[in-house]
Amino acid sequence: MEEPIITVRNLQTFFHLEGRVSKAVDNVSFSVPKGKVICIVGESGCGKSVTALSLLRLVDFPGRIAGGEILFHNRDILKMNTKEIHNLRGDKISMIFQEPMTSLNPVFTIGRQISETLLEHTLCDRKEAWEEGVELIKKVGLPRAEKIMDSYPHELSGGMLQRVMIAIALSCQPELLIADEPTTALDVTIQAQVLDLLRQLRDQSDMSILFITHDLGVVAEIADYVIVMYAGRIIEEAPVTELFRHPRHPYTRGLLKSRPVIGQRRDRLYSIKGQVPDLSELPQGCYFADRCESCMEPCRKEYPESVSDAGGHKTACLLYKEGVANGSTTAEDY
Amino acid sequence: MSILKRKASSDRKRSKSIWEQSFRRLFKNRSAVFSACILGFMFLFSFVGPLISPYSSNGIDVTVMKHPPDFTHWLGTDIYGRDVLTRLMLAGRISLTVGLASMVLSLLLGSLLGAVSGYYGGIVDSIIMRIADILMSIPSLPLLIIIAAMLSEFKVPTDYRLYIVMLMLSLVGWPGLARLIRGQILSLREQMYMKAADVLGLGTWRKIFHHLLPNTYPLLIVVATLSTASGILSESTLSFLGLGVVEPTSSWGNMITIANNLIDFQKHPWLWIPPGAAIFITVVAINVLGDAVRDVLDPKMKGR
Amino acid sequence: MIPILFGISLLIFFLFALMPGDYFSSNRRLSPQRLEELRALYGMNKPLIVRYFIWLKNVFHGDFGFSLQHMQPVTTLINQYIWNSFIVALATLFFTWTIALVIGIYSATKQYSIFDRLVTLGVFASLSVPSFFIGLLLIKLFGVDLHILPIGGMIDTGSTTTGLAYVLEVLRHMILPITVLTFLSVGSLTRYFRTGMLEVLRMDFIRTARAKGLKERTVIFRHALRNAILPAITLLAFELPGLFSGAIITEQIFSWPGIGRIQLDALSARDYPVLMTLTMLLAFLTILGNFLADVLYAAADPRIRLTKKEGG
Repeated sequence: MEEPIITVRNLQTFFHLEGRVSKAVDNVSFSVPKGKVICIVGESGCGKSVTALSLLRLVDFPGRIAGGEILFHNRDILKMNTKEIHNLRGDKISMIFQEPMTSLNPVFTIGRQISETLLEHTLCDRKEAWEEGVELIKKVGLPRAEKIMDSYPHELSGGMLQRVMIAIALSCQPELLIADEPTTALDVTIQAQVLDLLRQLRDQSDMSILFITHDLGVVAEIADYVIVMYAGRIIEEAPVTELFRHPRHPYTRGLLKSRPVIGQRRDRLYSIKGQVPDLSELPQGCYFADRCESCMEPCRKEYPESVSDAGGHKTACLLYKEGVANGSTTAEDY
Repeated sequence: MSILKRKASSDRKRSKSIWEQSFRRLFKNRSAVFSACILGFMFLFSFVGPLISPYSSNGIDVTVMKHPPDFTHWLGTDIYGRDVLTRLMLAGRISLTVGLASMVLSLLLGSLLGAVSGYYGGIVDSIIMRIADILMSIPSLPLLIIIAAMLSEFKVPTDYRLYIVMLMLSLVGWPGLARLIRGQILSLREQMYMKAADVLGLGTWRKIFHHLLPNTYPLLIVVATLSTASGILSESTLSFLGLGVVEPTSSWGNMITIANNLIDFQKHPWLWIPPGAAIFITVVAINVLGDAVRDVLDPKMKGR
Repeated sequence: MIPILFGISLLIFFLFALMPGDYFSSNRRLSPQRLEELRALYGMNKPLIVRYFIWLKNVFHGDFGFSLQHMQPVTTLINQYIWNSFIVALATLFFTWTIALVIGIYSATKQYSIFDRLVTLGVFASLSVPSFFIGLLLIKLFGVDLHILPIGGMIDTGSTTTGLAYVLEVLRHMILPITVLTFLSVGSLTRYFRTGMLEVLRMDFIRTARAKGLKERTVIFRHALRNAILPAITLLAFELPGLFSGAIITEQIFSWPGIGRIQLDALSARDYPVLMTLTMLLAFLTILGNFLADVLYAAADPRIRLTKKEGG
């Protein structure tokens, strides 16, 4: 694998609420290689969005990054001063969000919001920034770019706004694009278009994408490498085809099973029983133990370490720890 | 039917635990607890204080007129030689009572009219809401002053002035509340469970009192605290102008009227600063508490 | 709007009519016969409903009655005093908004800091202090004890200054009333701006602005402020009646010759035409203010409302 653009090590982001500590992200480590799309999947509340926000230090109060390091070209983002982090955001690393409708300032025109980023990070004047903005709008496939530059956010549809968001994110040719559920709020056909656009953009440049989603269909469409999170921790990670062919962690398998498959009618869709545990009162053992179909006695005692096989498929589950059980019950169940 | 009953009782249990939860959260809020303590102190001070005070309310003592504070008279004595601290306690009884009573009255009036208005709609609604509009179009202080002046024209015996003030305050206080309640009722009415009540054939009043009004309680509690605070403030202002509670009954507000006398104002500040401070402290405590209660009952409103 | 004004005029007129006694009855030197003559002269002996319609007709002709206490038409009287109230109110408005805006926004950006806590405390103080008490305290402190500001009035007694000296003298007398009024109203407005700002700061587009790498200053003063202030513009409309109604208590305390004092004087002298007109003026301005607020809201807000609804 190539030298990664960004490496996250033991990231911990906690929320302090009414005297309780919610471990939204705990001990998360991963890296994003150049030109690849990494997907983080998980249910809502599993910490995937907080992970994404932590990368740019955008976690709001009462959230706080409690530990770990985030190395961007071997420089720790968590140790940067205000000026350095401002220079990084929107320039080297940019981000798009789930709700395009609310993610743009309602009182400014699209044009102003696009050129703003350029004016902040590049040495161009207003006119150049504006023209660049028009080009960017065209690049993300929106017609009548000049007219859009003069519109206010409420005059555009969700899909158009998400394209605008992408245009803003691309304006300084970032090395990494963090996309936090960028398609969730959109209609299915628009979703596909936005995904196409992102893939196309990735192919055109060397940009890496960290893609956050709960939708395995989207993962299959776009990812090179998949990270599965549960209750603030990474429980499994593997290249996309490997993960879909041989899911190991019972949670991942549950997720894959609960996905409707076209052409296959079942009486009822599979669903993982139970709920995500309260992040401020996590159990001692594996966080998934209460919902797990293969839960064993030792699962309730200690949190399983992540084990990697020769192909780089990592799983944090006792089923795959040598000596506890044999790990042969993999793909057949699926 | 038994299923319905069971459902109802489980609902009650759950709602009780919501109240408990709110109480616990309120207890964690330091400023809420602190202001509740201050209020508790103010009540004890006013209602129990006079009982242990060595001076009586009308203990006129010409030998110690306008005596500055010292160890025998902690807050000094007034122009008739009465102990200011004792008078402050007794005045507190009046001020607190007026505040609470006017709150209760305007709450009753407001929620009743609001509920009726929201439930029946139509012409009843129009009439009630137009009256509310009219009352709300005139700023409350001038309105209060006019009503108060008119009432003083009728030569109401001074003993009854107190009740008149309560009535006036609630008369001015109800429209805003009625509107709030009406809005709540209108939106609640649309919700499913009232349709269920219709199916069960419950009577109108039963519907209003047992099903609609309880849903507005959180709102009512918040409004109640704030209206107590504004009641105390309004009473003090009216009494200061001589249009509210009048001598010989004394309230914190009319104790300050002494400041209209230039000599007393300049030379005997212990006569008018303590009652002013008492009003201020009490009202701050009520407002802080009300704010905390709102945060607890309606987390969405937090920080407002 | 018009029906409400009619309603108010009816209500007020009949309430005043209900009151026992009128301007003349407080004058004990008048013989009963003379009293009747005077009442007949000023139309006070006619049936109530007739008097109301006479009053109404006169109002439509711009005649609001005659103040027997001041011996001049009510409109002249009001015109004479209203501007005194207006300057104080205008200055108060200016200071209140400036202070509330600065403090509200600053404390929102520093939520949970010591400064923010102090501001919250100050807000409660402002909301809870009786107006007359704070007025008296300030007079005692600055007027009586420190002797640096006048204790009341608009000019020094027997003063004959003109020109700039006169202006300065009036300004000196205005300091305390304006301070009191500003203190009283700054609390709720500060709270309004603070909450509005906090709400805006939690919005998605603020996160976007930060993610774009904008400086915190730009995020707050360009992106957040504009959104927080827009809805406040409607509040300005509600200030309209306050500009002309005078501050009854504060003017009383500081002997400021404004509308509020006229109102109290008229009340004790039973000068009903004055009271009637002032109440109507107030009600009219309040209703007009509400109406303007609606208009401004529609003008300032469609964008925000629309995005809120769809995003929400």
